[in-house]
Amino acid sequence: MNIQNPDGYTTADGREIGGVMMEMKNITLRFGGVAAITDISFDIRQGEIRAIIGPNGAGKSSMLNVISGFYVPQEGEVWFHGSRRPAMKPYQVAAQGIARTFQNIALFEGMTVLDNIMTGRLTQMKSGMLAQALWWGKAQAEETAHREKVEKVIDFLEIQHIRKTPVGRLPYGLKKRVELARALAAEPKLLLLDEPMAGMNVEEKEDMSRFILDVNDEFGTTIALIEHDMGVVMDLSDRVVVMDYGKKIGDGTPDEVRNNQAVIDAYLGVSHD
Amino acid sequence: MPDTFFFAAEVMINGLMAGIMYSLVALGFVLIFKASGIFNYAQGVLALFAALTLVGLQDGQIPFSHVINAIFGTELHHFGWTLPAIVAIALTALVMVGMAIVIERYILKHLVNQEPIILFMATIGLAYFLEGLGDVLWGSDIKKMDVGLPQGISETIETVTYNWFGYGFFIDKLDIVAALVAAALVIALTLFSQYTKYGRALRAVADDHQAALSVGISLRFIWVLVWSIAGFVALVAGIMWGSKSGVQFSLSLIALKALPVLMLGGFTSIPGAIVGGLIIGMGEKLFEFAIGPMIGGATENWFAYVLALLFLVFRPQGLFGEKIIERV
Repeated sequence: MNIQNPDGYTTADGREIGGVMMEMKNITLRFGGVAAITDISFDIRQGEIRAIIGPNGAGKSSMLNVISGFYVPQEGEVWFHGSRRPAMKPYQVAAQGIARTFQNIALFEGMTVLDNIMTGRLTQMKSGMLAQALWWGKAQAEETAHREKVEKVIDFLEIQHIRKTPVGRLPYGLKKRVELARALAAEPKLLLLDEPMAGMNVEEKEDMSRFILDVNDEFGTTIALIEHDMGVVMDLSDRVVVMDYGKKIGDGTPDEVRNNQAVIDAYLGVSHD
Repeated sequence: MPDTFFFAAEVMINGLMAGIMYSLVALGFVLIFKASGIFNYAQGVLALFAALTLVGLQDGQIPFSHVINAIFGTELHHFGWTLPAIVAIALTALVMVGMAIVIERYILKHLVNQEPIILFMATIGLAYFLEGLGDVLWGSDIKKMDVGLPQGISETIETVTYNWFGYGFFIDKLDIVAALVAAALVIALTLFSQYTKYGRALRAVADDHQAALSVGISLRFIWVLVWSIAGFVALVAGIMWGSKSGVQFSLSLIALKALPVLMLGGFTSIPGAIVGGLIIGMGEKLFEFAIGPMIGGATENWFAYVLALLFLVFRPQGLFGEKIIERV
């Protein structure tokens, strides 16, 4: 397995990973005088599960926000599907086929699970304002088609029983799953997950891991995820970027990363002298 | 049955009809407040501006004619045509959409992430600006609005009720139209928000900005959309009020009556705006009828506010508003 091959590689479990889908080149992000990310480069390949790990405050979420357009880096370039991406608003990034979830769950609490997931289809809906407002045949047919797609996602994530429940009433673990469903409904090319397992119990973590693997397997969706729990990440991901204090300290397969001295130091702590 | 009973019933019905007018203004407030958390003080002025524009366009008035006449010593007033009401209404609706775009572009865009009080202040500024603009554009005289809505007492109702009860109810035809229009408006708004993609996007933005961005909703587009809808609702309110009592600048003061309506109904509920309006309208008419004579009358000026005050004490979220529970 040669993970450096630009055309792709084959994983240990036999999955074919394609060429570079997204490439971050020398990204630097500052908030005032504080550098959240310093000169980081890495790529995400077609079809792989790519993890970004690091201790708290390492800049992982900032990196995800750069990819999804919530933050615009002061330096560096973002390349997507072989062309340089200009500075974009988050909704434009979403329209390009990049969906995401949030660390602290950002769902529409007052809306039902079904409506929440339907918002995930917004980027795919084509019919115009007037047709929508007047509910003409075309718009109606389109709505039905989208509804079918959404029902598939609901089945896939096993949340049929809560379809009509307002999200505000759901327990934490299910909310996380609904958020994943909303992201999946967009049929994204790239799925960004910000700490998908944070705050979950062991059983919920196992469920979520299974769903992430299934999504990747079934739909071939490229996934980039953030975790600070090393154990979970190592089982899930094909390649791992390790960040610490806003810098990249490791990049490679889980095994390579696990044996990297800088990574061990970052996680176990080492005296800085 | 005694005539006083029927008279009270008639007062109540007329109160309900007047309440519809408050509801129409309150509706515009709720739409903007729900979607953006902005308390739009300018909603009443939007209604005034829409009414002025409508009459101006319909009568073929020359915009800025006072200014032009003052500078050039001319005597311009009218183009000399009159537009059909439906054309003038459509054009005014376009003007309101244009205004939504301008408001987003030159005010809201620069105030993203500001405190609600800042945005509130901005809408106060907007209100006075629009009032002045309306004056300069179309003049400050009281104008008669006639878009073909039925006026006067409905004789059918009077005859029918007289035959049934021996008491003829006096009900303004315009009030009945206003009630029907308000009902249609609420149904249309509800369908729009529940079953269309833009409605869903609107609800999404109202709920969580960040999440809305992440599913590909452009906030700026939504602001324009929601202000356009509020502008359209203001146009409807302007038509109704204008047809009833003429287009005059005191129209913008009806916005203040919408405030107690909102406190009753809740700031975030469309049905609340309607029910609140009905309660205020009915309440102030009945109160004036029953208690007014005992305490010297003119209770309609303050009744709504006192009722709102009581609500603030006992049910601050209003009848239909969301109860705010702060977890600690």
